[in-house]
Amino acid sequence: MRADSPGTRSGPRLSAKWLTISLFLLPALVLYIVFVIFPIIQAAHFSLYKWNGLGPLDDFVGLKNYQVALASDVFWQAVSNNVLVIVLSLLLQIPFSLGLAVLLNRRFPGRAIFRLLFFVPYVLSEAITGIVFSLLLRPDALFDSTLQTVGLQGMIQDWLGNTDVVMITLFVIISWKYFGFHMILLLAGLQGIPKEIEEAALIDGAGRWQAFRYVTFPLIGPTLRVSIFLSVIGALQLFDMVWVMTGGGPLNASTTMAVNMFKTGFTRQQMGYGSALAVLLFICALVVALLYQRYVLRRDIDGAVTAYNA
Amino acid sequence: MSIRWRPFVILAVLALVISACSSSGGSTAPSAAAPSAAAPSAEAPSAAAPSVAASAAAEPVTVDWWHITTGEPGKTDFKAIADAYTAAHPNVKINITALDNEAFKTKLAATPPDAYPDLFQSWGGGTMAAQADAGLLQDITASIADWKDTVNPGAMSIYQYKGVQYGIPWDMGMIGFWYNKDLFAKAGITTPPTTWDEYLAAITKLKASGVAPLAIAGKDKWPSMHLWSYLLLRNGGGEALSQMIQTGDWNTDACINAGKAVLALNALDPYQKGYASADYNSEAASVGNGKAAMELMGQWAPSVQRDQSANKKGLGDKLGWFAFPTITGGAGAPTDGIGGGNGIAVGKNAPPEAIDFLKFFMDKTNQDKLNTDGIGLSTTVGTESTVTDPNLQAVLAGRGAATFMQLYLDQATSGNLAATFNDATVALFLGKTTPEKACQSLTDAAATQ
Repeated sequence: MRADSPGTRSGPRLSAKWLTISLFLLPALVLYIVFVIFPIIQAAHFSLYKWNGLGPLDDFVGLKNYQVALASDVFWQAVSNNVLVIVLSLLLQIPFSLGLAVLLNRRFPGRAIFRLLFFVPYVLSEAITGIVFSLLLRPDALFDSTLQTVGLQGMIQDWLGNTDVVMITLFVIISWKYFGFHMILLLAGLQGIPKEIEEAALIDGAGRWQAFRYVTFPLIGPTLRVSIFLSVIGALQLFDMVWVMTGGGPLNASTTMAVNMFKTGFTRQQMGYGSALAVLLFICALVVALLYQRYVLRRDIDGAVTAYNA
Repeated sequence: MSIRWRPFVILAVLALVISACSSSGGSTAPSAAAPSAAAPSAEAPSAAAPSVAASAAAEPVTVDWWHITTGEPGKTDFKAIADAYTAAHPNVKINITALDNEAFKTKLAATPPDAYPDLFQSWGGGTMAAQADAGLLQDITASIADWKDTVNPGAMSIYQYKGVQYGIPWDMGMIGFWYNKDLFAKAGITTPPTTWDEYLAAITKLKASGVAPLAIAGKDKWPSMHLWSYLLLRNGGGEALSQMIQTGDWNTDACINAGKAVLALNALDPYQKGYASADYNSEAASVGNGKAAMELMGQWAPSVQRDQSANKKGLGDKLGWFAFPTITGGAGAPTDGIGGGNGIAVGKNAPPEAIDFLKFFMDKTNQDKLNTDGIGLSTTVGTESTVTDPNLQAVLAGRGAATFMQLYLDQATSGNLAATFNDATVALFLGKTTPEKACQSLTDAAATQ
């Protein structure tokens, strides 16, 4: 910018440039405002009323819906379930995807087939995945009878009906669906790293692990950070799969913030309270996204290619 | 320089956008006001009623009809009735949307007032009352006056709110136990139980014979909610139950005793495998496939069992029906029932042709067909003789003999309380709450209505 504004003469030309940019941004901006900003404002507005979604909006209750939400066990159950999925994703799903990506980055016969196979679950819709797994996990269905056949009948559970097990079951299925996505992302990151750098490290006497830890790993830092970001935001908004498989039950054991919001709004017909839950979910996601961008993604957004202290 | 210009351009763009938004906001304002505006116009049809016949002229009319009869042959029957009507009235087009129960409720909840269908599935009661209060329904009291007597008055009353008729019932029955006669015989039970003690004894025998005595659906919740409701009704009687619904005070002996009875039932471990995560379809499948000995369900049970069973035939004549047992010392009479059924509510913008179609739908010929196909228990007077299935005849006899009939609790109420009936009672069946806490949560939910 500084480079192309050498003198006063460029003023009008620059304003013309900004006008062009604004005009081209306009359609997207209008869509964004109509379908994102406006609904958020509307939800915030609804959240101040007690409203069943049918009649006129006339029972103003101020911040009471928020008070009720923050004092409700179900809300905190939902938050803790979301946090559980985030933590497990970071500890298990991403490292697993990274490991697979590193493996599949090597040259070996059938590599393309493995890449394809691992990516397939991501292509399925969440609803279909949910229905298929519900059928597989029914009592005496394929999953249980397989355990029986291999002599592990002692492990058989009511996978989706046991309040202690249901979140783990859901996490495994979610991971099954999304590990391929993160794997492909990380694989792309790995392929962007010139072979020579790792080879140079090996020639200099680094072991395989050292080469990975001190050369490859820092170099895929940017991809890894994006992958983690998508995983966290996805886990915060978790809805479809849970709704299809358990509806948040049994007894809210698998409820998430989004499921709680939907149930409150549509099943319990408390649209005002449901909107308050929506606003709380929005704030959580926004705060996480902003903090992450500010503190973790800053280097990447600023355009740095490498990051040593990742 | 450039920095100085930028805010102005962005401001200008924003101004443009905001003006675009505010004009769209302006156009939504009338629709938000529409429900209240519709209230006076809801009375208009009464004045317009005589014009129904006149308007049957050539003017093309579309009637949107959402129903939840997605099983066969009901889905085909509904289509056939609509086709027969449009064949006789070529100017009328009937758009049918057939949805599963839960999908229907979700879709309707997300429908803006002006897009409400003309005719749609309704169970009467609390949800219908909330829709009526919001001005989404049409007052059809006058427009059906000439044929309302052809429909069972008790069933009609469920679709009235504050003395105004908003819909028509085409199916009305009573909940009871549907059981597998073979499995009962195998367990050594010769006659169905008539008291709760006998019932628990039967459960023990069935359990000993190696079968799951009772199927419930922990995911969908409402099937076991009906069981709890019956326990409450048998304990407290109809009057006490009506009182609880009216006052919203559920901290009563009847409510707590019902919860205790559930815990006593739980202690026998009577439910099918995976009951905590089962939905209603898988509940019906376990009975239809002979894996569970019985379920507490409405008049639609045989057709759903048939649909969900592995051989698509269900239990056939092995299926039996008995009324909910009485509780010794309880105030409820054995003839007190919990029931309900399906109906069609009329949207506020429905054209007169929609109501004329309802009249045709309720015609004896069409209703006889629904009866013989086992789609429901028709409420049209004079169709009783076409119910030939002995079990459905038993349900019909129960409906006829009822001294008190309570509409399903999750339909009689609405919103938060209706959902809490399901949540609080399923927690009892899963053994995760106490009877006292369950009743307290109902009282709390009633207070938020």
